[in-house]
Amino acid sequence: MASIRLQFEIPGKLKTWSLGLIGVGLVALVFGMITKGFSTDEHEQVHFWGTLMYNTIFWTLVTNASMFFICVTTLAMGGWQQSFRRIPEAISTLVPIFGSITFAVLLYVVLSDKHHIYHWLDTAAVAKDPMLNGKSGFLNARFFIIWTTLTIGFWSFLGWRMRQLSNEADVAPMDHETGLKFIFRNTVRAALFTVWFALTVGSTVPWLWMMSIDAHWYSTMYSWYTFASTFVAGLSLIALWMVFLKNKGYMELTNQEHLQDIGKFMFAFSIFWTYLWFSQYMLIWYANIPEETVYFKHRVQGPYKGIFFLNLIINFLCPLLILMKRSAKRNYTLVTFMAVLIIFGHWIDFYQMVMGSLMKESVELGWLDFGILSLFVGMMIFFVARALASKPLIPKYHPFLKESVIHTV
Amino acid sequence: MAKKKFVVGCFNDEEVLFPAVKKVRTAGYKIHDVYTPFAVHGLDHALGLRETSLHTAGFIYGVTGTTTALSCISWIFTKDWPLNIGGKPHFALPAWIPITFELTVLFAAVGMVLTFCYISQLAPFVKKHHFHARATDDLFVMVIECTDTTNAEDLKAFLASAGAVETDIQIAEEGWWFGRYDKDEMRFENKQIVAA
Repeated sequence: MASIRLQFEIPGKLKTWSLGLIGVGLVALVFGMITKGFSTDEHEQVHFWGTLMYNTIFWTLVTNASMFFICVTTLAMGGWQQSFRRIPEAISTLVPIFGSITFAVLLYVVLSDKHHIYHWLDTAAVAKDPMLNGKSGFLNARFFIIWTTLTIGFWSFLGWRMRQLSNEADVAPMDHETGLKFIFRNTVRAALFTVWFALTVGSTVPWLWMMSIDAHWYSTMYSWYTFASTFVAGLSLIALWMVFLKNKGYMELTNQEHLQDIGKFMFAFSIFWTYLWFSQYMLIWYANIPEETVYFKHRVQGPYKGIFFLNLIINFLCPLLILMKRSAKRNYTLVTFMAVLIIFGHWIDFYQMVMGSLMKESVELGWLDFGILSLFVGMMIFFVARALASKPLIPKYHPFLKESVIHTV
Repeated sequence: MAKKKFVVGCFNDEEVLFPAVKKVRTAGYKIHDVYTPFAVHGLDHALGLRETSLHTAGFIYGVTGTTTALSCISWIFTKDWPLNIGGKPHFALPAWIPITFELTVLFAAVGMVLTFCYISQLAPFVKKHHFHARATDDLFVMVIECTDTTNAEDLKAFLASAGAVETDIQIAEEGWWFGRYDKDEMRFENKQIVAA
């Protein structure tokens, strides 16, 4: 193991780029806050806070998907991911950071009573509305705040516990007994995270944070759809960092075999996303009940038509046709291209999920959206690089590491 | 269908088999096939077999399925027998997607299975020569095709030196045939055709 570089040194260029992106983002944030966020025009306010909402939620869920990736592969007794598991670990250190930003934004939206975003905050309207009245046990400010706090708190805490355990694989070689115990403790902690993940991302949290913007409308498919969207984007993010580190000469034990498996995941979950996209759409299209079709009316026939179908092309047709071949999944350039495309595609997906409900009349995708996006991309690069540098890149005493080294597809 | 002469070497361990394959290939012999009791990882690489095209065939079958489904349904529902179903347009694409999906999968799956059977020469009532009955149990059986210049006895000795526990020379049908096994070839009597 002498030739293996365990310590990641942050390249100067990367730091400059990330700080530059953060700078651009902050300018957009401050300018947006002045012109839109605190303007008296409700339309502008909704535009600003809506943009912040979908960006914060998207990036929190995408980074959290990394921890989910570690946990499910751990539960499946996977060995192949060990050689690069420090990448998803580093990405998941962002959950507390992005989570607190999301929490702050959501708290502000709820406490400042922005009922143009969350219609259910308007108590006078809820009292007269039998439908919202029936939902008020779930859709109320108190439950929203408590559940959001618990959600983000436990994601951060359980993820942190999982990462702490991973540190033990750096200390000393494990004998058979210690190894067995180590794997068992990994399994327990991964299971705890996965259960909490299912209770939040898998069901309640997307309903609460995003679906409740259309307070009357509901779709049981919505949370799965959100999960699929963020999971495939999260996998693409892992692939991007993997290719970046390989390019810089790190990650000697990770090779095309691992890249191909990540590529397979990207391919498979793009199709899973499409399955949910289509199921949600077709059931509503078939039943044709006005209270359900209201969600799709302005998306399929209104101003969001272009984005809605672009979304399907980027997130379904491109991965399906481009990532299908084995040689494509083993090609670093192509995987990088697809990963960027998929992350962008699902960001656009979140854009239409949130803004499509908030601003039904027109699509105002512009400097604010891309500015905030650049802020988050900059923060993501900055903090992930820092987290990668804080630990050895390879858990060299992990009992399953050899399985990862000899992994062939 | 032609009968050919083969030299057969049986190995009882993967770890002996791999170096033996390498030796035989560098010596310039043409390996007809290696029959193993289970799928051996990396053996295809060692044998220098090219990547299979089965998945390309699968893709073509899948696209055929998609095309069949979409053209059939659209012709039926818009031209041949238009029906008013719940006031939906005749060209109701979302409703056809599930069936299109099913037909894509069906064509791809069935097509790939049949193609696989054809290229591996497997079919009901069709027979193939078994070089060694224990290839299905615990022996790795390497079969080398003889040319006019091959000295079979030398090759046998060479295989034995490479670690084969059992070697023999067989004249056998290389492809499949329809019908029965010859009496001499009844598998369970474990008789081998031995020819000089």
